[in-house]
Amino acid sequence: MRPFEAVVDEEGPVVWRVCRSMLGPADAEDAWSETFLAALGAYPGLPPGSNVRGWLVTIAYRKAVDGLRARNRRAEPWAEPPERAAASPPGRHEHAELLDALAGLPPKQQACVVLRHLGDLPYDEIATQLGISPAAARRNTADGIAALRRNPMLQPNADLEVTPR
Amino acid sequence: MNPDDTLTAPNPLTGLSASVQRDPFEAERAARLHRRLSDAAAGHGLLDVAYRVVDSPVGALLLAATPVGLVRVAFAVEDHERVLDALAVDIGPRILAAADRLEDAARQLDEYFAGRRDRFELAVDLRLAHGFRRAVLEALPTITYGRTASYAAVAAAAGHPRAVRAVGTACARNPLPVVVPCHRVVRSDGSIGQYLGGVEAKRALLELERAA
Repeated sequence: MRPFEAVVDEEGPVVWRVCRSMLGPADAEDAWSETFLAALGAYPGLPPGSNVRGWLVTIAYRKAVDGLRARNRRAEPWAEPPERAAASPPGRHEHAELLDALAGLPPKQQACVVLRHLGDLPYDEIATQLGISPAAARRNTADGIAALRRNPMLQPNADLEVTPR
Repeated sequence: MNPDDTLTAPNPLTGLSASVQRDPFEAERAARLHRRLSDAAAGHGLLDVAYRVVDSPVGALLLAATPVGLVRVAFAVEDHERVLDALAVDIGPRILAAADRLEDAARQLDEYFAGRRDRFELAVDLRLAHGFRRAVLEALPTITYGRTASYAAVAAAAGHPRAVRAVGTACARNPLPVVVPCHRVVRSDGSIGQYLGGVEAKRALLELERAA
């Protein structure tokens, strides 16, 4: 088993991408730290041959979801009208509507969409992490993306930044 | 983007990815988060080994410690990455760079190399040496600063006068060179003998101690 330092060095950026995509900067730093602290504790028990990136991205996703819930409990509604979003408090995510839409997806679709499109994991690995078949991982990702596209909050006239990736 | 998604419209998550461009994982953030992680890990007792690398007149030295004490000092010629890989196997994989945990060791080594310290006052963890090797390491600090002893004399001090070759092996595998002074062990004929950090490093340490 490799020293954990090498894991932090290699996977720190992708964990940050997942956390920062879903959370404001301060909450993202909390989620990044919690992800690696939890991973460190569990690291010696990770089965040999495990995909460390897939494992970490999945932990990061769960910590980010926890962070979103905590923020929602702090009574900061995500579905504010766009004109109020401009005056949002510091730390509030600049794409709150998108996160609302993401949060509204069925859990499996939400996980698949995040692991695929924010964590950049292949479908096989998503399937392993979520305990589903690769076909189901692919289908849930596609269905999730389709649902986001249909979401009325995310239509171009909803004053949302949409730029090609 | 993967073609099998057959996306014709922009990916709706593009906006989220843009957040990362605004706050990239640049060196300063990475360093801050790493420090926060290593502090929390040490605070929660989750670290098998903390380490840092310091500069010295005999090259970069890796310093590694368990919660018990300093467990490994390694010269650059030993390849620090390989040493850390070995520590992951021998001690545990929960290893992080954590400079704060080695502040004392780094400071005492600085003082030593500046000629201002003639003994180390550090908790050490000798778990990487067993049996006779360990007995040899425990005998080595009796050779005081600036002096040398022969392999044969150390064998006698460790209770096995005929185990001269084994003393050589124990010194060659000393997990704590410099701090546990195997560099003070030389051949009976007065020649310098081998050293795991290279003969030049051994000569430099002996000269440093003679001059101070």
